Amino acid sequence: MGHKENAKTQANASEGNATEGGNATEGGNATEGGNATEGGNATQSGNATAATTNAADSQAHLTTPTRLTGSEILWATLVGEGVTEVFGYPGGAILPAYDALRKFPIHHVLVRHEQGAAHMADGYARASGKVGVAVATSGPGATNLVTGIATAMLDSIPIVCITGNVSSKVLGTDAFQEVDITGITLPVTKHNFLVSKAEDLARVLREAFQIARSGRPGPVLVDITKDAQQATAEFDFEAAKPRAYRPHPMLHVDDSGLAQAAELIRNSKRPVILAGHGVMESGAMEQIRTLAERAQIPVGLTLLGLGGFPASHPLSLGMMGMHGEAWVNEAIQEADLLIACGMRFDDRVTGTLATYATKAKKIHIEVDPSEINKNVKVDVALVGDLREVLEQLLPRIGSRNNGGRDGSAWLKTIEASKGAVAVRDINNLPDSGHLYAAHVMHDLWRITGGNAVVVTDVGQHQMWEAQYFHHDKPRTLITSGGLGTMGFALPAAIGAKFACPEKEVWVVAGDGGFQMTAAELATIVQEKIKINIAIINNGYLGMVRQWQEFFYERNYESTPLVSPDFVKLADAHGIPGRAVRKRSEVDSAVNAARSATGAFLLNFMVEKEDSVYPMIPAGSGLHEMIRRPDHDPLEETADDK
Amino acid sequence: MLHTFVAYVEDRPGVLTRVASLFRRLNININSLTVGRSERPGLSRLTLVCEASGEAGHRIRASLFKLENVVDVDDIAQAPSVTRELALIKVAASPRKRAQIFDLVEVFRARIVDLTSESLMIEMTGVESKIEGLIEVLREDDGQVLEICRSGKMTMRRGHHVSSVVKAMGVVDGEAAEPEVEPAADSVAGEAG
Repeated sequence: MGHKENAKTQANASEGNATEGGNATEGGNATEGGNATEGGNATQSGNATAATTNAADSQAHLTTPTRLTGSEILWATLVGEGVTEVFGYPGGAILPAYDALRKFPIHHVLVRHEQGAAHMADGYARASGKVGVAVATSGPGATNLVTGIATAMLDSIPIVCITGNVSSKVLGTDAFQEVDITGITLPVTKHNFLVSKAEDLARVLREAFQIARSGRPGPVLVDITKDAQQATAEFDFEAAKPRAYRPHPMLHVDDSGLAQAAELIRNSKRPVILAGHGVMESGAMEQIRTLAERAQIPVGLTLLGLGGFPASHPLSLGMMGMHGEAWVNEAIQEADLLIACGMRFDDRVTGTLATYATKAKKIHIEVDPSEINKNVKVDVALVGDLREVLEQLLPRIGSRNNGGRDGSAWLKTIEASKGAVAVRDINNLPDSGHLYAAHVMHDLWRITGGNAVVVTDVGQHQMWEAQYFHHDKPRTLITSGGLGTMGFALPAAIGAKFACPEKEVWVVAGDGGFQMTAAELATIVQEKIKINIAIINNGYLGMVRQWQEFFYERNYESTPLVSPDFVKLADAHGIPGRAVRKRSEVDSAVNAARSATGAFLLNFMVEKEDSVYPMIPAGSGLHEMIRRPDHDPLEETADDK
Repeated sequence: MLHTFVAYVEDRPGVLTRVASLFRRLNININSLTVGRSERPGLSRLTLVCEASGEAGHRIRASLFKLENVVDVDDIAQAPSVTRELALIKVAASPRKRAQIFDLVEVFRARIVDLTSESLMIEMTGVESKIEGLIEVLREDDGQVLEICRSGKMTMRRGHHVSSVVKAMGVVDGEAAEPEVEPAADSVAGEAG
């Protein structure tokens, strides 16, 4: 046993060496020895250099059954599942696992709060399409994950959360830091497990990964008792393979459904495609585009669908729903056919259901059968993976010159409705020297060429981002749509940066949400990663203030917000930054952030009482919009120096 | 309307919580829930009856299927089926009153399963209305009924029924989809026995 252990340690350490060398985000650690926060990294590289290098041995534990501790099985299984980074926070009940971590080629990112760990795993998954992993200890460590888990659940994001728990002998006795985390997370996970035996670990973990990424993805939590981490068991990665994935038994796409859908599309005069997050999850970007182009159908997007269809495409209508453009919502209300693809008719998208798209037949292509007829009754349901269904449907759709439909009249109608509206609500709001959040988003988009990954928080800035930053590529907007979790942006951006270190990553957050997880600034510094942070600072909890303005007679109860000087706060972390007060300063500030070698913070002091237009009040119909006033009173009153 | 679901679930700790939690989340009250071993090793069979709108049936079934521990779900709806419930009723009965209760038990085709000097226990199997009929009659005499224990409904489709559980367990058969059983006119649940 001792001999085997030794050999394995060597093997893994050597792989650790290889990984570290290859990882751009970590490259600087060895050379910049002066930083006190580096203790952990130094140990890691020391360990790695000491080991002999034999790449062939590094995967040995995956192919040869070996006797390992539960902790080692945990990491070995994660390595086998392709995990290279985890986000976590140690503590008593998970210590055995942390003790074994150094033997494995997995980089651990130490977060400042476990909510951040879950969001990082989430951001990692959204940016890469892979499963993100968060680790926490029992009790408060585990409960701190809950908001992050619920965020992933509502947006169908594949993450696996590992928590330690007290020893199985004292489970249920209110032992120190004991909490029933499988009970607590039951309604916000796709599935969860309690593992109290080392021999169950590999099988359960592999099943957890399969559940997280299959079908409609979602978060899975694996709670591991301390004794299961300490006990030893035979580890056989291959034997622990879960049974073949069994698709939901109610998935159903048949010829008659496809024929019906094709018939509806062919005969439609005013069709609209509604594309959602499923486009990304299923990888159906090409298929959606082909469908739209072949049948000349305009495409409206949900918030999470942005990037699934290029914003610059002539058939793109942009985001629909509560803060969607007037022409999208009007097109939906006038449509005679809606083709809903990988979206779930959320209330923020439909407004009141009583008046939603009453003239339209509806086709719903969706992977989760429980979404069919949940909010909106549909005429044809094609229940299956979006890409596969579209592959089957496309051969039945003719082009204009080939038995298909002529969509030009409908497109002209929509185009005409854009005219004046576009200028009034969204574009070219005159700056008159003031700084509007919309300008910041527009300039950010222009300067980055739309190539950045933007991670937003929740609130007004999130909607402005969705309106003014045009996303042409999938996975370039990362945002909490379903749960609307403030504090999401900063940690999720850290996860996204680890997923794609080569990409330019921007955090866009309000002054309120940023303060919820601002502690993760230290994580950025410890990990030496390059993230640009744009705080849209209006001194209010802006979206709540906007609701108070519209619906509560401007009673701004508890929404004015005193914040620290964010530039100084960044400086305290060793992150440079600057405040931006005028539109003329935006370009140079954004460029300064982009050209800085490390993280950079911009504090945009924007118009305090600006609102997001247009807006459909909650519970109203899509056609009942509040429009931007022709003469915005703010333009006269704001004092701009 | 009243929905009846029959589900096969893995026989493991916590599975019932997941099923019950789903209904709590959907804000649907469970009228009755019975669980026990099934003909398949490692799988429990449960019958769940709840009150929900007519359209809710599809979504409940689809949501049940989303639970990882649920192997098969059948929405009995109006299909021909047999439904039974078991009730144990403890009745206060002095020796002088016994004969009268014995007669009643005979009429309802129930059984006396325990007898002491002050009370006796009646076991009765049948459909809900029959059990309620007996309880109602027993209650005509104030204070006579001491305890009632009811099992909740158990339901099984009539006739040959190839459950999709067979397919789920890996048994090969030629069927593409579960046969839909059309509602029959004589489907008054359970009165056959």
